[in-house]
Amino acid sequence: MTATAARSLDAAPGQGAGARLVIDDVHKRYGPVGNHLLALGGISLTVNPGEFVCLVGASGCGKSTLLNLIAGLDQPTAGTIESEGRLGLLFQESALFPWLTAAQNVNLALRLADVPAATRDEEAANLLRLVHLQGFGDKRPHELSGGMRQRVALARALAQRAHLLLMDEPFGSLDAITRDLLHDELERLWMELSFTTLFVTHDVREAVRLGDRVVILSSRPGRVVEEVPVDLPHPRVGVDDDMTEIASMITRRLRQEVQRHGR
Amino acid sequence: MAAETQAAERELAGLDSLELPIEPRKSFGERIWSSAWPILVAVTIVLLLWELAVLLELRPTYVLPDPITVLSRLLTDLTTNDLILAVSITLRRAATGFALALVIGTLIGLAIVRFRLLRAGIASLITGLQTMPSIAWFPLAILVFGLSEAAILFVVILGAAPSVANGLISGVDYIPRVLIRAGKVLGAHGLAAYRFVILPAAFPSFISGMKQAWAFAWRSLMAGELLVIIAGQPSIGVRLQLSRELSDAPGLLATMIVVLLVGVVVDLAVFGTMERVVRRRWGLLEA
Repeated sequence: MTATAARSLDAAPGQGAGARLVIDDVHKRYGPVGNHLLALGGISLTVNPGEFVCLVGASGCGKSTLLNLIAGLDQPTAGTIESEGRLGLLFQESALFPWLTAAQNVNLALRLADVPAATRDEEAANLLRLVHLQGFGDKRPHELSGGMRQRVALARALAQRAHLLLMDEPFGSLDAITRDLLHDELERLWMELSFTTLFVTHDVREAVRLGDRVVILSSRPGRVVEEVPVDLPHPRVGVDDDMTEIASMITRRLRQEVQRHGR
Repeated sequence: MAAETQAAERELAGLDSLELPIEPRKSFGERIWSSAWPILVAVTIVLLLWELAVLLELRPTYVLPDPITVLSRLLTDLTTNDLILAVSITLRRAATGFALALVIGTLIGLAIVRFRLLRAGIASLITGLQTMPSIAWFPLAILVFGLSEAAILFVVILGAAPSVANGLISGVDYIPRVLIRAGKVLGAHGLAAYRFVILPAAFPSFISGMKQAWAFAWRSLMAGELLVIIAGQPSIGVRLQLSRELSDAPGLLATMIVVLLVGVVVDLAVFGTMERVVRRRWGLLEA
């Protein structure tokens, strides 16, 4: 079942190849010069096609600001952001449209991506099957659990045939069991469809569980402090010990960063 | 498919079924009854107070007849063509006025939502218009349009259109920002943003605006029919005036009950239903 859905996605134009993302010395300032808040103070980061990069940082590291800039919802004060291909964005809340059913939400994304009407329904059903929500297409968002809503949102993002998927703490409000399962799901989809992913979180374990690379950000202003490669093979089910080691190293580093603001 | 993947899928499906809320559904009869009995109790209390006032002879019975007299008068009136004709004339005016108010209010609302500059000026004007008692417009309306249906409709529209516009505007104002951002990322720009995101998101508030507009329209219409009496158009308003002139208290009260009933029935049956359907769809309604 899953294999069929994946094939039809691959056949769709543009899906499959991940996009490269190049962020070069990006600054973002809020407010007038002199009395401003520097949210991002020169962030440079390259994400390779098909790579899964996690951004971790304490509050005020400008994670969401950065994603907004990449998504084109806001403009940087200085610096450039380059990415090719289509882009999907997942929010902490699912941001599904409450007046549409799960299938209609996915369908609308397909429509806005100029998918012909004749194939939309079938493709929406395929996408819902891909996130294991077959049979829930007729439900409205409020009738689904938080984890299911995020999976519909994921299907909706995939419907855009995104080459680059930006995720803004998408599992932050879910309980631990659901979050674990969604990590497995996301990893499976990423391995199948090989989109480039930039995943923002403040959960270090989550970052190590998913990322090829974990980028540590400083706070106010946000800058890249350190990049930690996570050289563990995917899928990472049952490699807990190695993950714990890397996670505690990153946590130590993050705490040092937070201490700098303690004075 | 590997056994591991299957286990993971089962785990996910299990979690899904555990997390889904279990909704006990009430039967149709139960729902009708649970919304009907408070109304029945309230009506009974009002009738009892009325009867009490009559029994205490606060006013002579030819001015304040008892409920039984009025209700039986209402029943006889309902079998005559006069009342049916009056109701149909008045309802036709209400429908015309409300439909025009709906179109005009929607267009004004859309314009204000679309062009931010308009907002500062016109939005406050609309609120001002809403607080203006509609009856105060009638002398001007009669001056401009004469004693005609146009005068009545003019005031009905002035009373109702601002509520429609306001419903739309506040609906757009309170759309969660994350939905707008989601729409943008999905590629809904310009007109598509309005069509697929902004207007559907504003719909519940728009319906509340319509509901309020109906109340304003109905009030303005009754005021209008009392002031603007057109020959050959025996409307509800005309009946009220006539009953007063003939000192026909039971007839007057019977007609008033009709005014009340029409207003409430349209509000509950038309707008109440729309509101309920939308709220249930959006998950804004419990049980």
